[in-house]
Amino acid sequence: MRHLLEVKDLEVKFALWFGELTAIDGISFTLDRGERLGIVGESGAGKSVTGFAIINLISKPGYISAGQILFEGQELNRLPEDEMRSIRGNRISMIFQDPMMTLNPVLTIGTQMIETVLAHENVSKSEAVDIALDKLKKVHIPSPEKRIHQYPHECSGGMRQRIVVAIALLTNPALIIADEPTTALDVTIQAEIMDLLLELCESEKMGLILITHDLGVVSQITEKVIVMYAGKIVESGATQSVVQDPKHPYTRGLLKAIPGIIPPGSRLYQIPGMMPNLTEIPQGCSFHPRCTISESICSTEVPALISKDQHHRMVACHMVK
Amino acid sequence: MFAFIVRRIIQAILVMLVIGLVGFVIQHQIGDPIRDLVGERVTPAEREVIRDQLGLNDPFYVQYFRFVKNACQGDLGLSFFYKKPALKVIVSKAPATIELVIVTALILIIISIPAGIYSAIYPKSWFSRIVMAASTIGVAIPVFLTAIALIYLFGVELNWLPSYGRGETVNIWGWESGFFTWDGLKHLILPSVSLSSIMLPLFIRLVRAEMMEVLETEYIKFAWAKGLHRERVWYIHAFKNTLLPVITVFGVQLGILFAFTILTETVFQWQGMGFMFLEAVERSDTSLLVAYLVVVGVIFVVVNTVVDIVYGFVNPMVRIAGTK
Amino acid sequence: MKSWNRFKNSYLLYSFKRDPVAILSFCVLSILVIISILAPVITPYNTYDSATFDIMDAETPPAWMEGGSKSFLLGTDIQGRDLLSTMIYGLRVSLLIGVGAVLFQALVGILVGLLSGYLGGKLDALLMRIADIQFSIPYLIVAIFTSAIFKLAFGVGRYAELAVPLLIIIIGMSEWPKYARTVRASVLGEKNKEYVEAARVIGISRWHIMYRHVLPNTLTPVLVISTIQVAEAVMSEAALSFLGLGMPITKPSLGSLIRAGFEYIFSGSWWITFFPGALLVIFILVILLLGDWLRDVLNPKLYKG
Repeated sequence: MRHLLEVKDLEVKFALWFGELTAIDGISFTLDRGERLGIVGESGAGKSVTGFAIINLISKPGYISAGQILFEGQELNRLPEDEMRSIRGNRISMIFQDPMMTLNPVLTIGTQMIETVLAHENVSKSEAVDIALDKLKKVHIPSPEKRIHQYPHECSGGMRQRIVVAIALLTNPALIIADEPTTALDVTIQAEIMDLLLELCESEKMGLILITHDLGVVSQITEKVIVMYAGKIVESGATQSVVQDPKHPYTRGLLKAIPGIIPPGSRLYQIPGMMPNLTEIPQGCSFHPRCTISESICSTEVPALISKDQHHRMVACHMVK
Repeated sequence: MFAFIVRRIIQAILVMLVIGLVGFVIQHQIGDPIRDLVGERVTPAEREVIRDQLGLNDPFYVQYFRFVKNACQGDLGLSFFYKKPALKVIVSKAPATIELVIVTALILIIISIPAGIYSAIYPKSWFSRIVMAASTIGVAIPVFLTAIALIYLFGVELNWLPSYGRGETVNIWGWESGFFTWDGLKHLILPSVSLSSIMLPLFIRLVRAEMMEVLETEYIKFAWAKGLHRERVWYIHAFKNTLLPVITVFGVQLGILFAFTILTETVFQWQGMGFMFLEAVERSDTSLLVAYLVVVGVIFVVVNTVVDIVYGFVNPMVRIAGTK
Repeated sequence: MKSWNRFKNSYLLYSFKRDPVAILSFCVLSILVIISILAPVITPYNTYDSATFDIMDAETPPAWMEGGSKSFLLGTDIQGRDLLSTMIYGLRVSLLIGVGAVLFQALVGILVGLLSGYLGGKLDALLMRIADIQFSIPYLIVAIFTSAIFKLAFGVGRYAELAVPLLIIIIGMSEWPKYARTVRASVLGEKNKEYVEAARVIGISRWHIMYRHVLPNTLTPVLVISTIQVAEAVMSEAALSFLGLGMPITKPSLGSLIRAGFEYIFSGSWWITFFPGALLVIFILVILLLGDWLRDVLNPKLYKG
C-alpha cells in the first residue's frame, strides 16, 4: 500500500547575503494512514523547518532546494500555489507552538473557524457554523455557542490551544503537523492537550507528525520517531525500540536528559556543548565535537544513515555496529 | 468601556482649560479689549470707566472664570477688524478649511493605504522601490515649495488649473461649499494636492511598516497554514491588524494637517481659517487670534478624544481593559 | 570606557564607509556648513549692506539666460541683491537658527527628562503631563502661535530686530517634549542598572550619579534625535519665515527669500524662488538622510542595553 506521506531526500536551504545555509540536509521518512511520528531534536535542528516544508510554507529566504514530498500520491513541492493552498488546512492541518500568538487578535473565534471551512468546502455559512460547533465539542470546550462569539484574548492559553486543535480538525484532515504544541503551556495543561491529540488521532484515524524536543512526550504518543541533529536524521525507528535501546550517542544523551528516568537525587545529565550554528557545521559527523565516543574517522567522514538491525532501525554513526 | 470614555473626556476638559488659560492671558496682556469694543479715540478717564464696567479690574481668577463661562456660551470676544463676534468670523471661514482638509484626507487615504499595502506585500517590486525613494525625498520638501511648484507648473506654465481663491461657491444652509460647482472643484485640486503631499510619504511609510510587521506574525503564518485565499490573509487578517495603529496616527496627523492648512491657504490665498489667522496677526486682531487658538484647541482635543474612543471600539483588547 | 568608545567609533566609521548615501550626504552637508560659516569671506557681495546693491539690478535672470549678467551668477532678487550671496547668507541664518533651536530644546528637554526620570514622583507626573499636552498639539501649530503672539507683543520692528534669538526660543520651546520623553525613558532604563545602584550604595550623591553616570548614557538617543531635529527646526524656521512670522527680508533666511520671490513667479522670475527652494530641500534632505543612517547604525545598541 502506498504511504500517506513520503519525504525523499528533502533539502532546504536559506539564501542569505553571505551565501546559502543548508537547514535540512537530505532527510527521508514515510508515514502511513493513522500513523503517529515524532520528530525530535534541539532547537535549530531543522524539525520545524521540516514541518513547514511539507506544506510548502517556509518563510522567505528559505526554499526547498532538492527532494520530493509525496502526499496522497501528489508531489507537494511541485504543486502550483493554488492547489497547494487547497491541501493546506484541508488535508494537512498544522498546530503551532504558542496559542497566544496563533490566533488573530481582532477576529472572533467563530470567524477564524468558519473561514477555514468555507475556504475548503462547498457549504453554506450556517453549515460551517455547525461544523465549527461540532469540532469545539470534540475538543471538550464548554458552551461552544458562546465561545465562537468571543475574541482570543478572552480565553485562557489551554483553551486557545484547544481551539487551535479544533481548527485543525475542521476539515477532517488526513495528517496533522503539531509543532511543539505544548511547549508554551503549563505542565498540567500540556498533558491534557497531548491526551486530546492522541484520542482524536485514534478516533478520527488521522496521521500525526509531532515535532518536539521532548523524547518523553514522543514515547507516550507516537509509534515511530526520527531524531534530528543539525539538519540530518541521526537515528530513526519504532519509538519503543529507540527509547528502550538508543543506539546513537546523541539519542542516548537526549534520553538521559529526561528527568524521572534517573534515580532521584542524582544530577540530571546534560549533553556537553551546544548545537552548532548552521554557518559552522563541523566536518564529518556534525555531532562529533560533543560526542563522548568519537574517534578520528568521525571528524573526517560523514556517517551514512544505515540499518543496524532488522526492525527498521536506522542509525548514522561510525561507532555503532 | 464607559469608564474609559469618561476618563478620556475629563482629560480633554482639563486640556481645554489650559488652552483657555493661555488664550485668556494673551487676550488680556497683549490685546486690548477696550480698543476691540470702542476703538482708539477714547480719553484715559473714559477708558478707566469702561475698564471698570467690563470688570477688567477684578481679580485674575474672576476674570478667567468669566472668560471660560463666556467661551462655553460661544462668546470669544469681538474681532477688532471685522467688528463682529470673533467666533462668527471663524465660523464663516471654517467651511473653506474643512473642505480642504476633507479632500486632502480623502486623497491621503485613497493613495497611502493601497500604496503602503502593496509595497509591504511586494517590497522588492519596482513600484515599491520608487514609492520608498520618492517618500524619502518627499519628506524633505516643505509644503509651501510643493504648492509653489504646482502653481508654477499648472497655473503659470500650463495654465490648466486656477491657482488662488476658492472659485465659485454655493451656499447650502449657511455653508459656503465649493463641492457643488465645477469651478469650485477645480480650485480645490492644487491646494489639496499640495497639502496631501506633506503627509503622503509619512502615511505610506507608516502603513507599509505596520503591514510588514503584521505579515511576520505567527497568526498570519497560521492563516496561511489554514489554506486561506491570499486575498483573505492580506485584506482581512493582516489589514485589520494594520488598521489599529494606523487609525491612531491618522487621527493625530489630521491635527497636523490643520497646522499645515495655514501654509497652504497662504500660498493659494484660500479664504479659510488659516488665511484669516495670518491676516489677524498682520492686523493685530488679538481677540480673533485667541478665538482661533481656542477653536483649533477644541478641534484637536475632540479629534484626539474621538480617535482614542474609536480605537477602543476597534481594538477588542482596550475594550475589555476599559470595562474592568 | 575609552576602548569601548574607540570600538563604537570604529564601528560607526565602518558602516559609514559602506554606505554611499551617508558619505554623499555627509560631504554635501559639510560643504554647505563650511560655505555658510565662511559666508562673509566667500560671497561676492555683502547683502546685509544696502550700499552694495542697486534696485536697478532687480530681477536679473541667471547669468546663462538672456538678459543675465556675468556679475550675478544666479541672477538677482527683487531688491537687486546678488541671489547667490543672499542664498548663502540665508543658509547661514537657517543653519544658525536650526542648530540654536536644537541646542535650546535639547537643553530644556534633557533637563526636564533627567529631573523627571531620576526624581520621579509628583514632579515627574506634572512635567510629563505638560509634555503630553504639548505633544498632542503639533509643534508647527505651537511655533506659529507663539511667533504670532511674540510678534504682536514685541511689535513688528522690534520682532524683526530680535528675530534670530526669538526664533531659536520659539522653535526650541515647540519641540522640547521629544527630548524630555526620550531622555526620561533612557534614564528610567539606566536608573535600575547595577552600577547606578552600586554607586548609590557607596554613598555618592544623586546629583553626581545623575551627572556622571546617567547623563552620558542618554547621549546616544539624544544624538540620534538631534540630527532629525535640526532638519525639523530648519523646516519650521522656513515655514515661519514663509508666513512672515520669521526672519525679515532685510536679513532673509531661505524661507523669507522664498516668500519674497513667490509673488514674482507669476511674472516669470522663477529663479528667485527656485534656487533658494532647491538649496533648502537639499539641505534638509542631507540632514534627514544622515539622521536615518545614524539611527540605523546606533539604534540596535540603544535597545540591547
